[in-house]
Amino acid sequence: MAPKLTMVEAINLALRQEMERDDRVVLLGEDIGINEGVFRVTAGLHTAFGAERVIDTPLAESGIVGTAIGMALAGLRPVIEIQFAGFVFLGFGQLEGHAARYRSRTLGQWTVPLVLRMPYGAGIRAHEHHSESREATLAGVPGLKVVIPSGPRSARALLAAAIRDPDPVIFMEPAQLYRAFREEVPEEPEVGVLGRAHVERTGSDVTLVSWGAMMLPSRRAADLLAREDGVQVELIDVQSIAPLDTATIVESVARTGRCVIVQESPRSFSLASEIVARINDQVLLQLEAPVQRVSGYDVVTPFFQRERLYMPNEARIIAAVGQALAD
Amino acid sequence: MPLKEVAKFSVSQLQVLDEHGQLDEKLDPRLSAADAVRLYEAMSLGREVDQRLVRLQRQGRMGTCPPCTGHEAAVCAPALAMTDRDWFVGYYRELGARLMRGDSLEQSLHFWHGHEEGNVQQQPGRTLPVTAIVGAQVPHAVGIAYAMKYRREQDSAVVSFFGDGATSQGDVHEAMNFAAVWQVPVVFICVNNQWAISHPREQQTRSETIAQKAIAYGFEGLQVDGNDPLGMYLATDRALQRAREGGGPTLIEALTYRLLMHTTADDPRRYRSDAEVERWWKRDPLPRMRRYLEGRALWGEAQQEALQERMRQQIDAAVNAAEQAGGWRPDVLFDHVYGTPDPEIEAQRRSFLGSLPRAGAVDGHGA
Repeated sequence: MAPKLTMVEAINLALRQEMERDDRVVLLGEDIGINEGVFRVTAGLHTAFGAERVIDTPLAESGIVGTAIGMALAGLRPVIEIQFAGFVFLGFGQLEGHAARYRSRTLGQWTVPLVLRMPYGAGIRAHEHHSESREATLAGVPGLKVVIPSGPRSARALLAAAIRDPDPVIFMEPAQLYRAFREEVPEEPEVGVLGRAHVERTGSDVTLVSWGAMMLPSRRAADLLAREDGVQVELIDVQSIAPLDTATIVESVARTGRCVIVQESPRSFSLASEIVARINDQVLLQLEAPVQRVSGYDVVTPFFQRERLYMPNEARIIAAVGQALAD
Repeated sequence: MPLKEVAKFSVSQLQVLDEHGQLDEKLDPRLSAADAVRLYEAMSLGREVDQRLVRLQRQGRMGTCPPCTGHEAAVCAPALAMTDRDWFVGYYRELGARLMRGDSLEQSLHFWHGHEEGNVQQQPGRTLPVTAIVGAQVPHAVGIAYAMKYRREQDSAVVSFFGDGATSQGDVHEAMNFAAVWQVPVVFICVNNQWAISHPREQQTRSETIAQKAIAYGFEGLQVDGNDPLGMYLATDRALQRAREGGGPTLIEALTYRLLMHTTADDPRRYRSDAEVERWWKRDPLPRMRRYLEGRALWGEAQQEALQERMRQQIDAAVNAAEQAGGWRPDVLFDHVYGTPDPEIEAQRRSFLGSLPRAGAVDGHGA
């Protein structure tokens, strides 16, 4: 039987295996070496691969992203760790202005194959600038890919795919899931496919779409709905925020006629909004009811005493499914 | 309170060839005849193309462009000191140097005319394309230098150009700090042309020199007469040698002047005096280099006339070729958002192509 790993251990396994496979892969970030990362994601890697491949950088996000762009242009495969998602915007200019654009502005002559990983999301009782879910902001930049796993096994496979991908990939790790549960992760390398959603559970009554940490309450809601109300939920784990696998979602919605989207991020200008728009574009006439969005609110992510109130939970999801079925 | 001096610093300025063409024999880098002529010809071509670009823009035949007149020594001499193994990470005011690095004139015209095709080099080498966000390219140079060190490439280093305005950007600070901590083979060349659009150097930084900023990071900073091609060559050559030998970064402040406007959309008379500009025209690097060549009996009126004719033909041919080029696919950008296919982008491509009034309507060179 394969060992049961937490998400932190699974990501660590992906990093280790990719570094063993390809000596162009280098890691850089704040406190990732001797200290092995504030969440210990890089545990053992500094010892195994040395300071030249597991680079403890000065404290400067734009410098980290900017130098990683140079490394990628020169043929390395840098994997950045940004300590907390709220800090990524200090490096956003480099991501938006350069990492995302080198391919377009040179018509493919220069490319920037880097990975930027970071914990994101509320639920770990951290302080300000540690709990944001800004995937739509990043996914809204043409040229960036954005990936969010929802469990240890998919995290390992998707990170391996991100490192091998020819484009800059933002790999957002739901901090709430880092140690929330264990999953069997086979020792032999598994490489996922970017740009593809995963139908985690099939059902005929309603399509429930989510990703990252929100897959937890979505799974629980689907269980409860099946057990107590006999509602058969089709649960889709988006996994790839950009490019977004529209086909899998609209195909499901066309069958069920109903859809609820669950996200942690603020509601407006969000991925949920984009998914609703694409459903309307393609399968509006098959809808039996308006698509429901369960989301964070359009407010700044609160300090941790209020984060549970802010985040979607089973009750809100079940209520939204009820709404979708009632119409 | 008794104070103990814990550190002491000084900043030097280097000049080998002064504005009267006088050579400091002790510092003479002794360029070969071929290299000396190559440098002068490259500087001259940079100047000539620059003048033509401004005229073409005024005629509505070229997009907005940033003249390089006055910068020829500051950028071409470092390019002469570099080899093909070295990386050139510039900004947007190094035309003559980019041509020395192998950029074709026709490609450059495409770029300044607003076509992505102008960024596609005929021979992909180690010259990064023009970038507009000042200072953003400097961390890229440091990352490339890290890769050189990681690969144990002892025959290569990175030269990064940026202006005095860029030194106000956090990215330039972060890049220099990273470079020092990592001890990577990079040469920073700050082309201090005194003006960041309308901001004089004094409103950009209260540092007496830009070279001294290197001291804070822990590497050598040197001010060079940026209109002195031999001084710029010598300083870059030494810094490259140090970088290749594992000695880490160097900052070279090339003290020069932007003789024309920031871009063709700018009117410098709003913010600086004609007298100031006049003073700097007297330090023009071109006649200085020519006098040096004449002193070595490498140049004369006949060579100058032949060069002028050669450049005129070369530029005419490139302008004609660029103006006749075209027929490029309007949807080429859809090819290069990602390195992997995306159905959504393909759907948008079909919609874009369907929306065009007629084939070829947007691929021409109309002004």
